[in-house]
Amino acid sequence: MTVTDTSDTEADTPASGGTRDLRLESLTKEFATFTAVDDIDLVVAQGSFFALLGPSGCGKTTTLRMVAGLERPTAGRILLGDLDVTTLKPYQRPVNTVFQSYALFPHLTVFENVAFGMRRQGKKDVDAEVDKMCELVELGGQTAKKPAQMSGGQQQRVALARALINKPEVLLLDEPLGALDLKLRRQMQVELKRIQLEVGLTFVHVTHDQEEAMTMADTIAVMNKGVIEQIGPPSELYENPRTTFVANFLGQSNLIGGEVTDRDGADLVVDVHGNRLGAERERAGTDSGRVWVGVRPEKVSMSAAGDEHGDGVNCLPGGTVSDVSFIGVSTLYLVRMPWDQELTVFEQNTGARALFEPGAAVDLHWQRGHAFLLDADQDASAGVETVDGR
Amino acid sequence: MAVQSPPAPPVKTPDAGPPAAVQVDDGRKRSWTGYWLLLPGAVWLGVFFVVPFYSLVATSLFDEAGSVLAGYEMTWSINNYATAVADYSDELLRSFIYAGIATMLCLLLGYPLAYAIAFKAGRWKNLMLVLVIAPFFTSFLIRTLSWQLLLGDNSPIVSTMQAIGLLADDGRLLATGFAVVAGLTYNFLPFMVLPLYASLEKIDHRLIEAAGDLYASPIRGFAKVTLPLSMAGVVAGTLLTFIPAAGDYINAQLLGSPNTRMVGNVIQDLFTDAGDYPMAASLSMILMILIVAMVFFYVRKAGTEDLV
Repeated sequence: MTVTDTSDTEADTPASGGTRDLRLESLTKEFATFTAVDDIDLVVAQGSFFALLGPSGCGKTTTLRMVAGLERPTAGRILLGDLDVTTLKPYQRPVNTVFQSYALFPHLTVFENVAFGMRRQGKKDVDAEVDKMCELVELGGQTAKKPAQMSGGQQQRVALARALINKPEVLLLDEPLGALDLKLRRQMQVELKRIQLEVGLTFVHVTHDQEEAMTMADTIAVMNKGVIEQIGPPSELYENPRTTFVANFLGQSNLIGGEVTDRDGADLVVDVHGNRLGAERERAGTDSGRVWVGVRPEKVSMSAAGDEHGDGVNCLPGGTVSDVSFIGVSTLYLVRMPWDQELTVFEQNTGARALFEPGAAVDLHWQRGHAFLLDADQDASAGVETVDGR
Repeated sequence: MAVQSPPAPPVKTPDAGPPAAVQVDDGRKRSWTGYWLLLPGAVWLGVFFVVPFYSLVATSLFDEAGSVLAGYEMTWSINNYATAVADYSDELLRSFIYAGIATMLCLLLGYPLAYAIAFKAGRWKNLMLVLVIAPFFTSFLIRTLSWQLLLGDNSPIVSTMQAIGLLADDGRLLATGFAVVAGLTYNFLPFMVLPLYASLEKIDHRLIEAAGDLYASPIRGFAKVTLPLSMAGVVAGTLLTFIPAAGDYINAQLLGSPNTRMVGNVIQDLFTDAGDYPMAASLSMILMILIVAMVFFYVRKAGTEDLV
């Protein structure tokens, strides 16, 4: 039997369309002074790697703890397939958690930590299963140690093995890589993804690291202030953010104020400080009035002021390079526009032409299809990473 | 490991060059500081423990035929020990039984209390801790004397127990083993609660959550996680209760009868009334040796070396 075999658990429940999706319905959690999770609906497909992404305090960990049974929802339901687990105790749910600080039992060996869940359920073949699981997470030969004798990365693997061995229907990961250094974190991201594909379980991963979420998850839900801003595959969230928060939290965006003035076939025409720009209507969050025109820094290219550019290209002339950061593979420019806004441009260092110097006069342009439009009622700086925040 | 060993001092290698030389200087300064800090305690121990202890050992081996008036001679009289065991084995045994029962009662009463203070008391935590040690504001003697009133023949407790048939009409509580054990339990309870509280309070609450997440019901989670992690407190609390309780004589004197005498009472009588110093000293030594042996065995058995 391999760890991907879930036939036992399926046999326990009557056939019910076969799907064991995790569904959150109108889930709300209110604490004395604030609402941590505000009426969210969510479906996590069986077998998917799902990330809940958001800044600290956005309610993502509270959501996770409600799924684990460690917090009781104020309202709403949590379903696993057809099984309503909303009021079940943590130890009654087919759900396991990899805790943020691992929460390994310090008085037990690695072996006993991993075996804990199986022993509590009175399962057989504990020795063989533990050995197999420790092989999977590459901890073979270390099982006699105590957690305190292991490095952070190894402890992380123990925490993962301890949860995975129970073959939960949903594995919850609460910032599991937060305590690791950058290099180890990158390594474990790849590893976690490998293990998830190997065992085929549903992973729900809570993180504030957008790069981590995009690297690993099939689907990301971006949370902010207790609500879900947008759900989708990483590429869709990145290319077509629906709110300024998502545009800024997931990568960086240039958001430029403008007004929709006209239509041109499938495109909208937007007036931006006197420049006529085009945007595809299907990438527009709103199709009239004041808007934010958004474009990712790497989609913007630069040319010396006055150079020709082709049709179907949006152009914003009159910029002045105010800052140049050479990064190696790319160069980061800040360009001050006539309306006193600084826009960001990432340019690959292909060597096609010399770098611009600070003070150079440049025009910015990008493909029409690369712009997205957002309702201008929103705060353009929502979700911008600050030095002290996350 | 119960005790974290201090980090090893920097190893001095001859070929390490100038930076190592600086370290050697630092190391020397630091180690001298350590010795200076030890000095007051070492002097204290020397004057008030080693010297009296030597005196006690010596006295226990004095000529058993001597007396305060005639004076004693050092005759290496090991015989004192045999006589002490033969004459006072009842009191020795009773001391350990009473102390053992009182320790168990303290643990049974103290653990839930310490658990409640550590995990459930919230903002009342500090107040409850103050209440635990509040009895110390009154003298040990006064508190024990007040138990004479509580358990006296005309006390409400006794009359209530007689009324509901728990006690015969002419039954008593005072001057029984029950009263002695009750007094011991009462007097040593804080010594149990405080170390238990300290070890429970340190437990990371997420470990208990993790146990629940891993299919342990609250009771199993307690047995497999909370209790093992509080064993250091259980061991410390039982030692702090059992050791002084085994040597106590106030409770047996004020709440007991001649039939409930403990070894502490015997030692006191021998020293203060009978003036039989060699016998008193050898009985003290026997009590100490037995306690040390028990503690050693207990600590090994409880496996504190494996506790974090």
